[in-house]
Amino acid sequence: MTKTVTDVICPFCGTLCDDLEVVVSDDGKQLLEVYNACVIGTEKFLHSQAKDRVTRPRLRQADGSWKEISYDEAADYTASMLAKAKKPLMYGWSSTNCEAQSVGNEIAEISKACCDNTAAVCHGTTLIAVQDIGLPTCTLGEVKNRADRVIFWGCNPAHAHPRHMSRYSIFPRGFFTGKGQMSRKMIVVDPRCTDTAKMADVHLQLEQGKDYELLNALRVAFKGEWLPDVVAGIPKEKIREAADMMKSGRFGIIFFGMGVTQSIGKNHNIDEAIAVTKDLNEYTKFSIMPMRGHYNVTGSGEVFAWQFGFPYSVDLTRGFARYNPGDTSSIDLLNRGEVDAMFTIGSDPGAHFPISAVKHIASVPSVCIDPHLTPTSGVSKLHVPVAFNGVETGGNCYRMDNVPIDCRKVVEPPAGMLTDEQFLVMVRDRLKKLKGAA
Amino acid sequence: MSEYIIKNGNVFDPVQGIKGDKKDIAIKDGKIVDKVGSGAKVIDASGKTVMAGAVEIHAHIAGPKVNLGRIYRPEDKLFSCTPTKGMERMGGGASIPTTFKTGYEYAKMGYTTAMEAAMPPMFAKHVHEEIRDTPIIDEGAFPVFGNNWFVLEYLKNHEIENTAAYIAWMLRVTKGYAVKVVNPGGTEAWAWGLNCLSVNDPVPYFDITPAEIVKGLIEANEYLGLPHSMHIHPNNLGNPGCYQTTLDTLRLAEGMKANNKFGRESVMHLTHSQFHAYKGTNWGDFESGAKEITDYVNKNKNITIDTGNVTLDETTTMTADGPFEHHLTGLNNLKWANCDVELETAAGVVPYIYSPNISVCAIQWAIGLEIPLMMKDPMRCYITTDHPNAGPFTRYPRVIKWLMSTKARETQINAFKHKDKVLSQTSIGSLDKELSLYELAQMTRAGPAKSLGLGGMCGGLKPGMDADVAVYNFNPDKPVADPEDIEKAFSRCAAVFKSGVQVVSNGEIVSTGNKRTLWVNAKVNDNPQVMRDINEKFLKYYSITQANYEALGHHFVPNPYALEVDATHV
Repeated sequence: MTKTVTDVICPFCGTLCDDLEVVVSDDGKQLLEVYNACVIGTEKFLHSQAKDRVTRPRLRQADGSWKEISYDEAADYTASMLAKAKKPLMYGWSSTNCEAQSVGNEIAEISKACCDNTAAVCHGTTLIAVQDIGLPTCTLGEVKNRADRVIFWGCNPAHAHPRHMSRYSIFPRGFFTGKGQMSRKMIVVDPRCTDTAKMADVHLQLEQGKDYELLNALRVAFKGEWLPDVVAGIPKEKIREAADMMKSGRFGIIFFGMGVTQSIGKNHNIDEAIAVTKDLNEYTKFSIMPMRGHYNVTGSGEVFAWQFGFPYSVDLTRGFARYNPGDTSSIDLLNRGEVDAMFTIGSDPGAHFPISAVKHIASVPSVCIDPHLTPTSGVSKLHVPVAFNGVETGGNCYRMDNVPIDCRKVVEPPAGMLTDEQFLVMVRDRLKKLKGAA
Repeated sequence: MSEYIIKNGNVFDPVQGIKGDKKDIAIKDGKIVDKVGSGAKVIDASGKTVMAGAVEIHAHIAGPKVNLGRIYRPEDKLFSCTPTKGMERMGGGASIPTTFKTGYEYAKMGYTTAMEAAMPPMFAKHVHEEIRDTPIIDEGAFPVFGNNWFVLEYLKNHEIENTAAYIAWMLRVTKGYAVKVVNPGGTEAWAWGLNCLSVNDPVPYFDITPAEIVKGLIEANEYLGLPHSMHIHPNNLGNPGCYQTTLDTLRLAEGMKANNKFGRESVMHLTHSQFHAYKGTNWGDFESGAKEITDYVNKNKNITIDTGNVTLDETTTMTADGPFEHHLTGLNNLKWANCDVELETAAGVVPYIYSPNISVCAIQWAIGLEIPLMMKDPMRCYITTDHPNAGPFTRYPRVIKWLMSTKARETQINAFKHKDKVLSQTSIGSLDKELSLYELAQMTRAGPAKSLGLGGMCGGLKPGMDADVAVYNFNPDKPVADPEDIEKAFSRCAAVFKSGVQVVSNGEIVSTGNKRTLWVNAKVNDNPQVMRDINEKFLKYYSITQANYEALGHHFVPNPYALEVDATHV
């Protein structure tokens, strides 16, 4: 006999779907099937069942080989590494739950570390823009129930957030949107003809890197002022058509992704996109929302903020929290060679940071806490595999619209494996002893 | 648990009518007791003021909009960060301090209980995570109901029993404490960019008026017999002439009687009344309506209010009154954040600088002080700053100074750039009342505790009550030489006890105490219709499933304290 667990939360992307059904074996030890999830989410659940999974911490030996060690030894190594370091960097946090993040922050406070999450290479620029100009936003259910104008700017949910359009933004029939997709106009702004762009009523195929110009042109068009014949490769008639479409809606939303946050202009693009949204609120109701990537990167920002006051790139080395992206952000710290110990959890900087930064990771004492084998675990001195959060343990997570959803445990982790939180508690308690903290 | 005896302090306790008598307060097993054994630890309070731990009835200290303020205002941390120190975790933030700093600051000022004034139900988990990380003080959170689709639909047909059943369900799944109403109907209208500025403006689509929502929620609140009354931020906040809307709202409570077992006598709590007491037709002829509001409240015993004192600081405004924040960003052009929440509410955040050089800000300051000085019954008027909207809660000692000293008020009035305008548009110059310590204890302890239905538990020093005690370095027998001494004395306590544990000694944190989350467990008759409606709304309109909605488990509410209400007999 098998059991079906319902209302399961998918720990993959910021869409944080919570309607999955997972079939597990009667003893709750094997995960057999996954329903309702997208192909990426399904894979995440099924991957936990991989037969070749690493289930014990491994320490790199002088000859480059791995030696299996116990969790106790791993915790000793991690605690003493953090205790010795002058400026440890604790990076990641986006693929673990808020309870683990909370314990991690305690560790960071005791070891006076720099803490950062994946926003540093993703929506950190968005956060800077929000600090400049604010953020009119809403929950995804508002989009489902009210939105008749949906704009995807520099993002491709068809591939990156596969269920976003069916659950929230384009297809669902909400309270005031009874005709579903028929009641919505969809605009996609992307230099590429993506699968999302192919679905759009209007595709503004702008020249790459000209987002700021186009956003600015839209603001001009709202006011009916003069425009050059072509802006960012788009004829002015098409810009005015898009502007009128946005203004004429009853409730609109702009979703934006890495195409604008990490292309030329960075936070200035987002400044302008938020200004567009603010302008539109003079005519109708409009919101804007970043398409957050990791399923709990939003939560990491929230926990950092309520405990330290800043959402990412927090530097605790002076004993109180400082924040200065560009100075206190991970890649900059690594590239300047300031970091003397690297602690990675719930993220893969080895795959996403510039090679110069990754080389520095490889040159200092380092720990990687991750259920998977990743490029980061490959360059780290210690790899601590843990239970899959959201599959083998629960814990709170925040969706891209900041809505908290408590993940579920659906299956037992392999015997003897610890969760992120359990391992971090071991590290914290050892560190307190080493540092003589209260 | 240890025993303590606080000796020879000048005790002010409205619950027992003690007005500064020299008395000993004994503490045992977390409670105030008549006497303790000779082994009890002695705290010498001679020449000091002893009161119950203070009770905060309305502050925004935990949850999504507070944290949005922290996230989008790094400038608020400038010069306000505090390092790790002994028991204390590091902190930061002036108008929106981090959770740890929030707990420590309240405790150091002698506060032991605080209410988070607006919890968007869908974000209850977030609110509770922050409450969990706010040390020492007991906290509860008020879920917002005034723009909730269920409430709008039930009350359109005046279905009180269904509304009550829904409220009971909501309090249980969100671990909420009371019925909060913010800009009734107006915030739902804001989802379309509109607003309801009077109690008779119909809500778009739902075709119900704010008046019907408010009356219905009072009736449902009393049907259930909840500890606190309906707690309202009325329509039309902050506009010149808004006092009329406020009076229209207050009149909705006429003839209503409190029904509860907690000793509460009010049926409506008007919060941050300063923001709702404006006369005039524009910012030029802006004037105080404090007299009109307090005259009405003085006559109507079933209403309680809090002040919402402007403290003349740079701060961060945040409210579930979404349209108001949009209006405010239009006035001051500072960064605007907004979040509409499906089926339930919305919120906005805008920084604000209350400058003593701007006449409107100075008049707001005066109105906030006029209200408590004009209220005849201090048991029905409580001191708040609507933290952080009119100013940070850390300014309570300053507000107390202004209320206790005409000299301090005069000094401030003389420092205003538009002093003449303040004096002509308000009556602050002619008020010579100075708050007594007994009245202060009524306005910050016994009064708010009674209004919250906690009158039997905290806010007093009667044997049997929770041992929440604050000892201030303030000698009531000596005349006050300098009003600054008042502010200093109320900023840092000599000692604070929370449920019998000493948490503050000489202004320093010595224990993180035994923090509890207060919530109300209201039992009602089975109501299949409401359960079916809830089920249907989750299936069709919410973006999360019903099974994932409840804030359940140790990581959200590690130390709950439920106030039980039985409304099944009705």
